Amino acid sequence: MDNTFGRLAEIVGREYVSNAKEELFIYSRDQGVQDPHAPDYVVLPNTAEEVKEIILLANEKKIPVVPMGGGLVLSGLTIPLKGGIVLDMKRMNRILEVNETSRYAVVEAGTSQGMLKAYLEKNYPKLKHSLPDAPPVATIAGNIAIHGSGHLSQSEGGFHSEMVTGLEVVLPTGEILLLGSCSTVPYWFSRAPLPDLVGLFLGWNGTTGVITKVGLKLFPKPALHDVLMFMTEDVDTVPDVMYRVTATSMAEDVTFMITPKPAMLEGFQETIISIVANSEEEMELKKKIIRKSLSSYLETKEAGFLPIPPNMKAPILETPQKDLSRFADVSKGGGFEYVGGIMPVEKLPEACRAGMSIAQENNIPYSLGGRVIGRLHSVMFFFAYPFNRADEADMDRARQALEDTNEAVLKMGGIPWKAEASGQRLILKQMDPATYEFMQRIKKTLDPSGIMNPGNWEVN
Amino acid sequence: MEKEYADILHRCFRCGWCKLPTNYQDFNCPAYLKYRFESFSSGGRMWLIRAWLNGEIETSERLSEILFSCTTCKNCVEACALPKIKDYLVDIFIAARGDMVEQGIIPPPVRDYLKAINVSGNPYKMPQADRGNWADGLNIPYYNSHEYLFYVGDVGSYDEIGMKMARSVATLLKDAGVSFGILAGDETSDGNDVKALGEAGLFTYLAEQNINKFKELGVKKIITLDPHGFNSMKNEYPKLDGNFEVYHYTQVLSSLIKDAPPLREVHAKVTYHDPCYLGRWNNEYWASRIVLGSVPGLELIEMDRNMQNALCCGGGGGNFFTDILGPGEDSSSRVRVKEAAATGAEILAVACPLCYKMFDDAIKAEGLEEKIHVKDISEIVNEARKK
Repeated sequence: MDNTFGRLAEIVGREYVSNAKEELFIYSRDQGVQDPHAPDYVVLPNTAEEVKEIILLANEKKIPVVPMGGGLVLSGLTIPLKGGIVLDMKRMNRILEVNETSRYAVVEAGTSQGMLKAYLEKNYPKLKHSLPDAPPVATIAGNIAIHGSGHLSQSEGGFHSEMVTGLEVVLPTGEILLLGSCSTVPYWFSRAPLPDLVGLFLGWNGTTGVITKVGLKLFPKPALHDVLMFMTEDVDTVPDVMYRVTATSMAEDVTFMITPKPAMLEGFQETIISIVANSEEEMELKKKIIRKSLSSYLETKEAGFLPIPPNMKAPILETPQKDLSRFADVSKGGGFEYVGGIMPVEKLPEACRAGMSIAQENNIPYSLGGRVIGRLHSVMFFFAYPFNRADEADMDRARQALEDTNEAVLKMGGIPWKAEASGQRLILKQMDPATYEFMQRIKKTLDPSGIMNPGNWEVN
Repeated sequence: MEKEYADILHRCFRCGWCKLPTNYQDFNCPAYLKYRFESFSSGGRMWLIRAWLNGEIETSERLSEILFSCTTCKNCVEACALPKIKDYLVDIFIAARGDMVEQGIIPPPVRDYLKAINVSGNPYKMPQADRGNWADGLNIPYYNSHEYLFYVGDVGSYDEIGMKMARSVATLLKDAGVSFGILAGDETSDGNDVKALGEAGLFTYLAEQNINKFKELGVKKIITLDPHGFNSMKNEYPKLDGNFEVYHYTQVLSSLIKDAPPLREVHAKVTYHDPCYLGRWNNEYWASRIVLGSVPGLELIEMDRNMQNALCCGGGGGNFFTDILGPGEDSSSRVRVKEAAATGAEILAVACPLCYKMFDDAIKAEGLEEKIHVKDISEIVNEARKK
């Protein structure tokens, strides 16, 4: 037993550290098309103190540390590009507190989206949190760390990172910090009015520390949920449709989808408008207001609402949606690659055309769509390309489509979301040099040994 | 491994739906719950089997631990997001175990279990002649043209708790006037868990022993004590030309109870655990609940994970005998009894002797003896008759 393995085993217990080739194989790759890189160890901590001890050991040994939540980003952010320790956080999955009145929850970093949803449904049925379109094992901390978004992003304040009320983090030098109101008082209600240090750990891809606890905003959960689907053949109208719908303040979630399948929907763009209400009257009123906002389209018959049969409606109302994971089997191959472009809504038609063109050039199926973030302050536009994992050529096509899409998104004025290392380099190339230099100063200050997820947010 | 399985391994997205029940409450895959490495999830297993068949990783003790720690509970089948592969997940794991068995690379407890069955005909290494000891004093006849054969299996024959349960069920059947007999020393292991451990050849041998004996005696209908035996006789024996009407004892009780004399009140809070081989494997969720519902005064409180979402006791897929999952706070039996106790129930009702034993041990390990104890469905009914 090597010394590092023994020290790790002393910290977390022998059964929760592995350097067996089976674990190294699984943790060397994710579900996307990035090349595998094996870690040296996989470690499953149970407490922030254990994380601290691991970080101190990693500093001593100059071993990279890669924090991992659900491991579902598809873009290799938890693949240990330079080896070292993968810190699988999912043992730390306790729901520590729900403040029903102030509507926040405090959870450990490995808590999954599904577990929090189930916990709230059972114990606080009038509260909910914003769920991403990820499988339910995706973690709360992983999602906020990559600026995820979800079904309340339109109505309740934007990216999930904006719903964070506080963090507990372990710095790359081993200190355990509380950030937000919890640093000063026993409540996790807000990041304001203090200097906002939470952002130092959001969007950094685990390069600035390890998140161990999250304070998260919760929201009222109305009793009724329904959905409208607005169809148009002209993609150029979609930003206006979204503008009008969001202006009504009647919708909970506004998403957009374009997909060549099923065949009956080919050539159409679907805007999916999710509505919640506490009574039938409220629901009908909201629907009426939304319909009215789009009346000019209805009058000219340029577009219209699609009657949704119950068998089609049920999966749309589901959160999280199983159908999205099923997209991985479109090419009968267990994978899809995914670029989320965060962009202004006016770029949406251009993004659609680019996505279809890239798919055609690379001879690969596609699904395109987006979600309104905030009151149309931006959209998260996704380009998804399924591939067959057993077909190297197909994986190459998906890889190429991914790279082409990153370039296209940046060119049109968007920024690739949770970009893989090469995508990050593209972003940095375009970033104001002063901004990048400042990022590097912050990184150097926080992580003088350079142990945290190296290979990410690096020019070279 | 069969080509049809090998050809779909790559279609697993490893999206992780398989780790949770359909209500997402907590990890519901016993192996993942215990080990917590991605490699021990069903998705991890799929990717590792593919890598193993492709030569990317070699056979190892760790790989065999990963494969043989699966309890074949089928939570993954229930929860998987991909309709084209979900039904095959557990079959694939069993097929991969079969490849390991063929290569002779299996964990020592699996080897010992299979060896014991081979040599002694049962995992307890007990004399075959002792198989009928559970029925001592009950005056149950050897099967002879009765309507039913009551088949109790290995655990019902040799384990103290299993024997107690077999006696309880037999007493109910007898008192209800059911025409049944037993095979005592002529019973052969049903082979369900042998098959789940990948030893298809030994399973076929055991099944054919039973099928031949049943045919020789003219058996048409079988009542099993154990959901595992129920599963193999109902679903696997027909593939070997063993076609019988097979019932789990709770199914028979649920029919009998309608015409039974009124039961007396049992004032108890009870929660019921669905055995995997009755529930997810055979879609039988109601028989036990019908029986419990017929006991006046009894309050049935469901655990949050119930029916198709039930957390396995950890004893399936051969783990009851091999104990590869082992003890520990995250063992599913201990997690499950804590969940049962949290309902406020004082009785954890079971319908499987393996679950009974697993939970009985787990309650002791958790120090919950003062709060909750395990009872089989038939024991509860017997108590309602005695008062």
